[in-house]
Amino acid sequence: MSFNLFVIQALNGLQLGVLLFLMAAGLTLVFGIMNFVNLAHGSMYMMGAFIAAALYNYTGSFWLAAVLLAPIMMALGMVLDRIALSRLYDRDHLDQVLATFGLILFFNELARMLWGPSPVYMEVPEALGGAVQFFGIRYPAYRLLVLAAGLLVALGCYLLVHHTRLGMLLRAGATHRDMVGALGVNIRLLNALLFGLGAVLAGVAGLLAGPVMSVQVGMGEPILILTMVVIVIGGIGSIRGAFYASLIVGVVDTLGRTLLPALLRGLMERSSADIAGPAIASMMIYILMAVVLALRPQGLFPVQRG
Amino acid sequence: MNPRPSNTLRATLLQASAAAALSLGLLGAAQAQDALKIGFIGTLSGPGGALGQDQYDAFMLAIEQRGGKLGDVPVTVIKEDDQLKPDVGVQAATKLLQSDKVDIITGVTFSNVMMAIHKPITDAEVFFIGSNAGPAPIAGKQCSRFYFSTSWDNDMLHEAGGQLTNDLGYKNVYVMAANYQAGRDAVSGFKRNFKGNVIDEVYTQVNQPDYSAEIAQLQAASPDAVYVFYPGGMGINFIKQYRQAGLLGQIPILSAATLDGTTLPALKNLAVGAITSAPYAPNIDNPQNKAFVEAFEKAYKRPPSMYAAQSYDAASLLDSALRKVKGDLSNKQAFIEALREADFQSVRGPFKFDSNHFPDAAFYRVDVVEENGEAVLRASTPVNIATRANFHELCEMK
Repeated sequence: MSFNLFVIQALNGLQLGVLLFLMAAGLTLVFGIMNFVNLAHGSMYMMGAFIAAALYNYTGSFWLAAVLLAPIMMALGMVLDRIALSRLYDRDHLDQVLATFGLILFFNELARMLWGPSPVYMEVPEALGGAVQFFGIRYPAYRLLVLAAGLLVALGCYLLVHHTRLGMLLRAGATHRDMVGALGVNIRLLNALLFGLGAVLAGVAGLLAGPVMSVQVGMGEPILILTMVVIVIGGIGSIRGAFYASLIVGVVDTLGRTLLPALLRGLMERSSADIAGPAIASMMIYILMAVVLALRPQGLFPVQRG
Repeated sequence: MNPRPSNTLRATLLQASAAAALSLGLLGAAQAQDALKIGFIGTLSGPGGALGQDQYDAFMLAIEQRGGKLGDVPVTVIKEDDQLKPDVGVQAATKLLQSDKVDIITGVTFSNVMMAIHKPITDAEVFFIGSNAGPAPIAGKQCSRFYFSTSWDNDMLHEAGGQLTNDLGYKNVYVMAANYQAGRDAVSGFKRNFKGNVIDEVYTQVNQPDYSAEIAQLQAASPDAVYVFYPGGMGINFIKQYRQAGLLGQIPILSAATLDGTTLPALKNLAVGAITSAPYAPNIDNPQNKAFVEAFEKAYKRPPSMYAAQSYDAASLLDSALRKVKGDLSNKQAFIEALREADFQSVRGPFKFDSNHFPDAAFYRVDVVEENGEAVLRASTPVNIATRANFHELCEMK
């Protein structure tokens, strides 16, 4: 593999990573702070993509769609919390898994009713349609935007959690939930805001993924599984962990897919390498997760609790 | 099955209830005693869900057009979603066979599900009309007299693709497919008639969302053309990303079952210029197809895909055979003979069965072209496949 190709593949890996981070950030906050398993997070991603596609196709502007999407997702997340999720806070994890799995089915059916079973059209914004050249590498401009947007959101999350009053309350709520409540903070509102924030992040991931991937019913589940892997590797509840683990998973997955088949071809016969290569490549991140669970069950970057 | 009731009032009531059930969509609830039960298994959810939905919609359209009947027999259809999972497919088949006791099963979208349910269904001696998936083994060694296909065997789909690539004069071709039975069949089928050099064959995970890594490898290999097999959402992802990498229009892309009526609405003009080999396109010129396209577009507000066409053919085939046996399925061999005659007007054009109950029907070069500002699929010349796998030679009907 030439150096240029390696750089392109590393960029591809990072870009998948930041997309995963947008998903993982919301999921890990909710899981870590509220001890709540929210399988419906993938549905927020799907709804984000569908709503963004609808807004984009209606207004004709990707940027306007992006601006309108955030408050809609915020509202969706908060309403969902108020109607369904808040009733499940005190139940055990199995009940939460069952109920939020039900929500996945609900949202899939809702999307099917609203937008039909066929995938929906969504195009890259015109200004970013082509590929850009730098250092002799051609790379799709839109993917650079995804990369940049993901890193910006990561920075935003860091600032929010570590340098704002809301972030301070969130961090306090994670470790001393009852104490924060006793100090007169409206924990319910805090929780609803947290879900809203998670929904916005997932929706933005859906918006960014829409022009690259197929916007269709059920698109949230494969990414949800990857996201789960990310938060397990990163350490549940840790934004920092989610960030590094997303990048690790993105890069391992991408490089595994490209390097492993070539590597195996050097070791064994072509026909068996063609069978084993993709199979092992698709297992790589799960193997990584298993190794992390065996050696560091708390994850690579767990939350530091005082 | 009993002979038709002589009491006309009863017959009318039955028809009325079947029609009412159809119009209300309460298909499972119809309890008409003499209605023939048809089980439909298809991939109705997930990234492949649009394919199964097209099969189902077209099948129901054919029944609706005949007033809730096929071959003058009232029918009820019980719908099952296999979720593209073989184990779920087996559960669905078991339910249809054992608790619903259906007379006929149809549909089936993906080959891995087909491989899992073909044997249980044909072993139970239930008539099985597949309208899409055609894994090679069931066209050959594992063929069954109870199984009929209105689609193709997987190899044929790609034999046509390989032939077309050859006819277009491409010498160095990069081949990509999803890593499952049909993907493997695709590549072996492609190579049968393609005389040039296959630079590399790449298999990717089923339902992989992101192909940026593979596209970068492909670009580095600089082939004359690319041949891909990515049905459903995979195809949309791939074509979008291929275009964003600036390759569409630079490196010609040929495909089969990737750009079709289910994926084109999500790609629109992004796919203009792609070439595909397909058994069907809405512009195929015959009266039954014109009528079908018109009715399908009226009912569902979208053009029919090849999956819809094949499933519509399955209903037409059943209609013709049921009429021949007057709705009496008690003599199984007689019904098989009636099916084998394929005495119906296929929307694909001339249609007959080989000895393995797979169709001998045309494939076309289909282009994505822009017409009045809209991207549409246009069939042009039929593809003359030089070498066929001839699976029927391996098939001994028992």
